[in-house]
Amino acid sequence: MHDHHTHEAAGWVWTDLAGFLPFAAAIALYISAAILSSRQRRKWPNYRTVLWVLGVLCAAAAVTGPLAERAHTDFTAHMLGHLLLGMLAPLLLVLSAPMTLFLRSVPVSLGRKTSGLLKSRPVRFLSDPITASVLNIGGLWLLYTTTLYSAMHDSLLLHIVIHFHVFAAGYLFTISMIYIDPASHRTPFLYRAVVLIAALAGHGILSKYIYANPPAGVAPQQAESGGMLMYYGGDAIDVMIIIILCYQWYKAAKPRTSSYEMKTSEGAVQ
Amino acid sequence: MTTLKDRRYAHEDRSYHSARNFWSGFLVGLGFVAFFDETVFHQLLHWHHFYDRSTTDVGLVSDGLFHAFSWFATVGGLFLVADLRRRKAFWKKRWIGGIFLGAGIFQLYDGTIQHKVLRIHQIRYVENVVIYDVIWNATAVVMIIIGAYLVAKTRPKM
Repeated sequence: MHDHHTHEAAGWVWTDLAGFLPFAAAIALYISAAILSSRQRRKWPNYRTVLWVLGVLCAAAAVTGPLAERAHTDFTAHMLGHLLLGMLAPLLLVLSAPMTLFLRSVPVSLGRKTSGLLKSRPVRFLSDPITASVLNIGGLWLLYTTTLYSAMHDSLLLHIVIHFHVFAAGYLFTISMIYIDPASHRTPFLYRAVVLIAALAGHGILSKYIYANPPAGVAPQQAESGGMLMYYGGDAIDVMIIIILCYQWYKAAKPRTSSYEMKTSEGAVQ
Repeated sequence: MTTLKDRRYAHEDRSYHSARNFWSGFLVGLGFVAFFDETVFHQLLHWHHFYDRSTTDVGLVSDGLFHAFSWFATVGGLFLVADLRRRKAFWKKRWIGGIFLGAGIFQLYDGTIQHKVLRIHQIRYVENVVIYDVIWNATAVVMIIIGAYLVAKTRPKM
């Protein structure tokens, strides 16, 4: 099964500890910021730290270690890695509110510069649900329906770029749908709901497309199990985003007075 | 302490929110049918196929959109119930009418357009699938009739 020649040709030495170093650094950085920030201000909640650690571990599992190693030859393992890197890790990391922790930890001047950047037009464009969905789901269509998937296994650079894109687009997608960190360009609930449904559909359709049309170099049986994993795994993670999105609507739509009184005084709800 | 005045308000509220009660039920009904279809017919009985080689492209898109929508509808519909309850405007009978209508309409769409026209998959891969089709769609029509009756019976009094 394992074709060691292609591995060596592509220069694969990711399974060693060196591959885990950046992830360990990310964990260490967050924990130190949480500890320092808790001393100066209100205590940083422990559950957020736990979410960050879990999120980083999910991302790490997808790009280094045994699962990542198997993903080169086993499409189902690749798909599990995709779910971890592009969906579950972003969700866990978003829930750990890293931007809030960052703004709490850095000097005010740097914080101001950062929030200025977050309010800028390019960020507004990128964090729009439609842009984020196109980058996220469109990128996946490109990867699995063109020769990009097989090309990825021959080029280390392409491999890194694609994996970074999958993660970054997944993160962008998540922050465009649910607001945990400060979001300066908020969009209406209904708009996000419609785009989320379209994106979820795009993900599901692609899963079934992969099931029936294996990407170049993938055996039909592997494409079938990989496609089904993508479909149901995607559903499981998307439902968490749906629940959080609806819960945020529920909190925001809290009535201040009885709706009957609202009707008689203003003539409209919401 | 619930007073007579509160009860009067609650009644006005549910009339005022009759559309929200209906749509909340409709979404939950649609979501429930889709969920039932997935767990019972796909996973437990293995009658439905994940992908049928005769599926049209439009069928694949329709299936994907409905699947995504039903997932959202289940969660969104239940949050609407929570919202109606906190507004003391939940109207159970109208809500159940919405459930039957949502479930029936989706089941009929699934049984006619999706299964037959777009050929996503058949109910079961047997020779006399027409019997299954008739039972499937008749169930859908019965649900629509019950739903329409309940919704008609619960007109808001403004």
